Order: sequence, then structure tokens, then C-alpha cells
Amino acid sequence: MKAPAITLKGSASFGADQVFAPLEFNAPAGGWTCLLGSSGVGKSTLLRLLAGLDAGVIFDGTISCNDGAPLGARAALMLQSDMLLPWLSVLQNVTLGARLRGEKADQVRATQLLNDVGLAGFAQRMPNTLSGGQRQRVALARTLMEDRPVMLLDEPFSALDAKNRAAMQELSARLFNGRTIVLVTHDPYEAARLGTSVVVMTKAGLQVLKPPTTPVIRAYDSPDVIKFATKLLTLLHNESDAA
Amino acid sequence: MMRSFPKMMLVGVAVVISWQILVMLLALPVYILPGPIAVALALWNNLALIADNALVTLIEILAGLVFGVSLGVAVAIIMAWSSSVRALLQPLLIFSQAIPIFALAPILTLWFGYGFGSKIVMTLLIIFFPVASAFFDGLMRTRSDWLELAQIMRAPPFRVMFFLKVPAAMPSLASGLNIAAVYAPIGAVIGEWVGASRGLGYLMLLANGRAKIDLMFAALIVLIVMTMLLRAAVHVISNKVLSRYIQT
Repeated sequence: MKAPAITLKGSASFGADQVFAPLEFNAPAGGWTCLLGSSGVGKSTLLRLLAGLDAGVIFDGTISCNDGAPLGARAALMLQSDMLLPWLSVLQNVTLGARLRGEKADQVRATQLLNDVGLAGFAQRMPNTLSGGQRQRVALARTLMEDRPVMLLDEPFSALDAKNRAAMQELSARLFNGRTIVLVTHDPYEAARLGTSVVVMTKAGLQVLKPPTTPVIRAYDSPDVIKFATKLLTLLHNESDAA
Repeated sequence: MMRSFPKMMLVGVAVVISWQILVMLLALPVYILPGPIAVALALWNNLALIADNALVTLIEILAGLVFGVSLGVAVAIIMAWSSSVRALLQPLLIFSQAIPIFALAPILTLWFGYGFGSKIVMTLLIIFFPVASAFFDGLMRTRSDWLELAQIMRAPPFRVMFFLKVPAAMPSLASGLNIAAVYAPIGAVIGEWVGASRGLGYLMLLANGRAKIDLMFAALIVLIVMTMLLRAAVHVISNKVLSRYIQT
């Protein structure tokens, strides 16, 4: 599993409206690329295009990887909604991919992943008996179970409380290590803790910022994280004033 | 359902008492409206006869339910599977609903005979549509993020249908089944009215012809009780099976 660098070049439109003007988005190999910007600027559209999902727009451009192979089946997706199926147990949800493809699921690995996300002993529980934080951990294990080199994340932690969010960020940083990650987020602190590349999307295009050079995941109380988050917040604040 | 049982009993008792009072006050002759006591007596005196005929009707209802639900489920899945079949079948389904099924009863008797066949087909036709349309509706409303997850996971369409869409549509199927349980006895009885030699509907016609109105009411009450029990059974079973399919 070699994690590729990803490049998206092009523009997206919806009828006569431009969703985003021609731009070039880069996600370096094996790093956390955080994508920020005000609502409706096209962040999720960009992520859905990368995932190969119907984004409801006409995309004029190309998506490529530095190893020449298509991104296609190499990406996994995690959203704000945990997408757990209520009729399947926690373990069955984690092995959903195998179930949907008609393959034999690796139960040992699934159980190991549940241990990794801190849900040992929860395998036979049903989703409706779990808290929001626990459900999102199951979704994390399900995403890891697919073992794809690229992870596309659309605000996966934003519905969680502060404590659970911090825990999930730390867990993901550890478990996603080595993969190419694109994280759409509204939270400047999240970007400051996790980003190895931070991109702010505005109507004018993309602005790439240099996050702290310390390794991820950074402590939320370290001065460079606070400084960078404040800088991001100011930028986003000014941007939404201008809009 | 279970909690409302005492309330239903109370309503039942109130209806029976008012019925008896009405009959006594108006001094209605027994061949117009027999009182509940007369009906209870008729039921007791003809227990074996009524039970025999009730069994026939019950078999017709259950067989009609099994075939009607199977056909409804199959058609719903086929329609949800293929958009071209959907385009073909949808107008046909709506057209079929414009046919008064009651008016078909004599034809069904002609085609399928006086025995079980025509009643089962009648029941099947009546419950097919509510089951097919409720289940189809559910199959077309699978949460889009679940479908996208399946797409990312490279799931083939066949497995998406049977491992995602069908389980996700279980609550819709349950509402279709609950309607079917109420409609099924209507189909069987209409079939019997048009032409039969056995069954509760047949017994009611026979009793009516011989001015045995108390027996007719006794058969009617057994039919009502059967329908209510059937409905309760479907409700309980579908709730039990479905509790895990319902999103929380």
C-alpha cells in the first residue's frame, strides 16, 4: 500500500453558476491536507469529486496521482454521519465492505481494529446502544478495515463533543499514519493539530498555508498550534466579512 | 397494541350492552336484528359448523397472504432493480388499481373454480398492491449516504439490493403487511360470496337465505375476531423482526 500524492486541476459548475473557478489542489503523499473555507465555497464538492461520487456539478478538469495510477478504488470515505447500518452489529458494520462485496471478512483483523479504536468487547453490540463518540469510532474502524491508501474525510469529528473530538483526532492521526489524507474541516484548531498542508478555499481560489513543522498530532496547547489556529481563524473571519 | 387491549375489551363490552338494549327497546324480531344473547346461543349451538367453515376461510386468507406478499415483494424488487421495467410496470400497476377487484370475482370463479383457487387469487389480488407499493417506496428511499458508502466499497448492484436496500426497506414492508392483514379477509369472503360451498362467507349467505340471522351474525363475529387476531399477529411479528431495522 503506497500512498500517492493527489492533484485535482479544473473547475466545477452547476448550470450557469460556477461552484469553483479553475484551481489546482494538491494533497502531498502520506500527509494530512486540511481543507478549510466558509460554507458553500465548494470544499465538500471537491472532496466528493476526489471520491468519485456524484457531486451534482459538472467538473471540467482532471484528477491524477503521482504514481500514474487512477485514484479510483484507492480511496476510503468518512463523513460527519457515521453511516452505521442499524440492523448490523458493531462487528458486522466494521466488516461491511466484505459483506457488500461478497467476500469473506477477516474477523481477526476487525476485532483487532475494534481494540485499536478502544471498543474491545463491543463487537456484538447494536449501533443504537452506542454513544455518538462510540459510533464514530466504529465508523473509523470500518474505514480502516477497507485498508485504502487514501482517506477522504468530510468533517468526521464535527458532531462530537470537545473531549471525544480531541480523542478521535489523536486516534486517527495514529491509525491513518502513512496514508494520504484529505480532511475537510471547519475547525482551525483541528487543522493546526493535524495539518501537514493547510489549504484555505475562497471564492478567489486556493491559498496554501504553512502549518507548524512539528510532527502530528500536535498538542492542542502548544504555542505554535495556538498561533497557527489564530492566524487561520483571522483569515477565515476576514474572508467571510469580504463575502 | 398490548396496552390498548383492556381499552378494546371495554369498548367491546359497551357495544354488546348497547346492542342488547337497542334490540329490547325496539322489540326487533330475531330475523331483522338478533340480540347478542341470541347470537351467542347460535354460535354455541353451531360451533362445529362454524369452526369447519372458519378453518376454510382461514386457509384461504393465509394462502392468499403468502402468495400476495411474495408476489408484491418480488414485483417491488424487480421494479426497484430496473428502471426500464419500472417504466413499463408502473402505469400497469396504477391501471390495475382502477379495476374494481369485486367486479372480477365472478370471472375469477369462472376461471379458477368454486374451490380454494378463486378465493386465494382474489385475496392475492387485493393485497398485492399495498404490499408492492409500500415496499417499492421503501426500496427507492435508501439513505443516499449509505448508497455512496456501498459505491466507495465497490459493492456490486446485486449485493447492494439484498444487503442494503432490502433490509433498509423493512419498515416500509411492515406497513404494507399491516394493511394486507386487514384486506386479506375481505378478498376471501368476497370470493366465497360469489361462489363457494364452504367458508364463513358461504355460511353467511346460506344463513341469510334461510332467515337464520343469528347464525349469520355468529359467522360475522367469528370473521371479525379472526381479522383482528391476524392483524395483531402481523403487528407483533413485524415489530419483533423490525425493531432492529428501525433507525434510531
